[in-house]
Amino acid sequence: MANATTAGKAAVKNGRPAIDLHVIGPIVALIVLIIIGALMNPNFLSYGNVTNVLARSAFIGIIAVGMTFVITAGGLDLSVGSMAAFIAGLMIIVMNALVPTLGTGWPTILAGMAAALAIGFAAGLFNGLLITQARIEAFIVTLGSMGIFRSLVTWLADGGTLSLNFSVREVYRPVYYDGIFGIAWPIIVFLAIAALGEIVMRHTAFGRHCAAIGSNEQVARYSAVHVDRARLAGYVLLGVLVGVATIMYVPRLGSASSSTGVLWELEAIAAVIIGGTVLKGGFGRVWGTVIGVLILNLIENILNLTDLVSPYLNGAIQGVIIILAVVLQRQKKATR
Amino acid sequence: MQPAPQTTARPSAAAGHAPVLALAKVSRSFGPVQVLFDVDFDLYPGEVHALIGENGAGKSTMMKILSGYLEPTSGEVTLDGAPVSFASSEDAEDRGVVLIHQEFNLADQLSVEQNIFLGREIKRGFLLDHKAMRATTNELLERLETKTPAWATVSKISVPEKQMVEIAKALSREARVLIMDEPTAVLTRNEAEILFRQIERLKAQGTAILYTSHKLDEVARIADRVTVLRDGRHVLTAPANELTEDAMAEAMVGRELSNLFPEKTKTSAAEAVLSVKDFSIPGIVENASFELRKGEILGFAGLVGSGRTELMEGLIGIRPATGEIRVNGKARQIRSVDDARKAGIAYLTEDRKERGLLLNQGMRANLTLLALKKFSRVLIDRDAEEKALDRSIREFDIRAPSREIRVANLSGGNQQKLLLAKTMLAEPEIVIIDEPTRGIDIGTKQQIYQFVRRLTDEGKSVIIISSEMAEVIGLATRVAVMRRGRIAGTLEGEDINEDAIVRLAMGLEGRKAEGNG
Repeated sequence: MANATTAGKAAVKNGRPAIDLHVIGPIVALIVLIIIGALMNPNFLSYGNVTNVLARSAFIGIIAVGMTFVITAGGLDLSVGSMAAFIAGLMIIVMNALVPTLGTGWPTILAGMAAALAIGFAAGLFNGLLITQARIEAFIVTLGSMGIFRSLVTWLADGGTLSLNFSVREVYRPVYYDGIFGIAWPIIVFLAIAALGEIVMRHTAFGRHCAAIGSNEQVARYSAVHVDRARLAGYVLLGVLVGVATIMYVPRLGSASSSTGVLWELEAIAAVIIGGTVLKGGFGRVWGTVIGVLILNLIENILNLTDLVSPYLNGAIQGVIIILAVVLQRQKKATR
Repeated sequence: MQPAPQTTARPSAAAGHAPVLALAKVSRSFGPVQVLFDVDFDLYPGEVHALIGENGAGKSTMMKILSGYLEPTSGEVTLDGAPVSFASSEDAEDRGVVLIHQEFNLADQLSVEQNIFLGREIKRGFLLDHKAMRATTNELLERLETKTPAWATVSKISVPEKQMVEIAKALSREARVLIMDEPTAVLTRNEAEILFRQIERLKAQGTAILYTSHKLDEVARIADRVTVLRDGRHVLTAPANELTEDAMAEAMVGRELSNLFPEKTKTSAAEAVLSVKDFSIPGIVENASFELRKGEILGFAGLVGSGRTELMEGLIGIRPATGEIRVNGKARQIRSVDDARKAGIAYLTEDRKERGLLLNQGMRANLTLLALKKFSRVLIDRDAEEKALDRSIREFDIRAPSREIRVANLSGGNQQKLLLAKTMLAEPEIVIIDEPTRGIDIGTKQQIYQFVRRLTDEGKSVIIISSEMAEVIGLATRVAVMRRGRIAGTLEGEDINEDAIVRLAMGLEGRKAEGNG
């Protein structure tokens, strides 16, 4: 049937519209936002502002990359914001406790970073095991752990703020504020993780398995996919990435409190959905998530820079964008 | 009315004089693709009219046009002699034309009763009249001789029961025209018999019934007239008693069908590649023991629910089970499909849409899912995947309008071929195929039988589970018959016949009594 095959290839070229709104939609939205921003404020495209926006995007962005895998596999994690606060709090406590033995230099900070990754790993494992082994809905498990983590950090801080030792803070600060070749570290880490995430999603068995589980768990199971293992891996990966995001976040303020990372989970989920990943799973793309994160942060930035619309309406505009993104997804479905 | 064209035979004298529902020169296109070409069709009150054709012949489209789900691109639909344009399927139902889908349209979380009255609940004032609805439901279910209780949640009942609920729902709408899309595909023989009695009853009451099925023996038995579609064109309409099953098959395929089944292998003496001993699945399968010999096709017959599928699912580690499995003499622990794959065992599920294929994904992702390890070290080798797809398309004659098509849009036959290709990519030594040709047209069936036969030529060993007696008898060198979770007996060579299988499946007598029968 060589004929049928070649005919098939030709049909793809002719049959499909050259422009797929679903693919270019987020990109167009991003470009439009950049143009609007540039027109409204000459400082918008300045080095300082661009760095600021990108660096601030990095925390949510790093988390959202992990969230893309979890959502693609048909799951959800509502606990990431609280988890970030919890990790930040513990990380600060660990570092402060190590100052007498390891001093105020890099050994302490590296130990703190290791602790952050380990706690992230453990938190992801906690969520993942409850979901895959105890077979509780992801929504319920992570709603619960969201409350647990948030409450724990409030308790650790005794209702106030956990502050990092000032000398350690001085050494740690550059991790957020410096960079190389004029690119801040958070941006570098974010882009590296996004690039890796895109490769993992599209070109590895793990990414393929996530999409398979999200489209139809039964089919995946009958196709020799270790469904529980892959889903667990997704939550653990997300937990570790929350740890990475926290490592980049702590040097920014040098403190953690009960209000750290509030609503991060919603921003991360929104970025994933705006980027074109299907909420109920089966299809995910990491580059779309990156664009989603940038869109959300640009809106906030533009509202702050211009005085056309009150910055207090930021949430409303983001909300509209999220709903629009889902409407576009639905239209794509209907036309096929 | 014009005098009927020569190919259109009149219905039996018992039927009414004017068609209740008819198509005149109806065409339908989807975008640039035309699927129906100037089709004429008529359906009389009190007749059973069978519509047959291969997958993709246009049967579904035609049924959807008749029942208001689709509009014709050109041509006319007439109801009671007057041109009609159904606004929607609800409109058609209100006028007494009801389509029973092959894929059920039931709300899973609602009860049988709630489903039957969905959208047309009986009310007293503002409140639902539960009593009246329960009474009507019970009466309908009784007429259908089903034991399903009215309060049962649909998600918890079996597939044949769901079919009965669909039929009950249609009956409750007092349908004048009942369009049934392969109703017996998921029914056992007994259940099909009940359905046929219902069809007879409805027919006697003057209901017009349009019926599609791939089972030609059924068509020959219950239809008054038969219409054959091929490639979107009307081929013939004739009284069923003037057509043999062979004639129907040939009209569908458009060529003469030589032997449907390939020649059997003769390998009874070969050593066992798989031996299963005292295999049990709690509550479903009890102490099943059997052997699969190298290069043979072992058939598994038995009623739906006799534990055939569950036994195989236990073997590949999807269900917790106890017992001994030896592959090539070596004991194996199989706890997951991956373990089974490593042991060289692959299972093709009977439910290709829910368990076999990712419908919303393309052919490539589906093809390589089971054998993905072959294609990936750290990264997946996409070129190798594309080549594998090329090879599979060629080897299994998968016909897709485009390479990038979502699998949901492939016909059932091509889905089955893709599933077969996917399984074979894992290079199993032992292939278990559950209902290899369910819902597949006769031309593709023949192809699939050839593929299965080719597997044994390549030295692989095959287990076939089928509810189609002819399939088991036609393919298998030995047949194991299951009854209530046990293997009731194994038949070999000359002993394989319908009577012997039924006896074992029904538990009438053991093999000894065969000589008397």
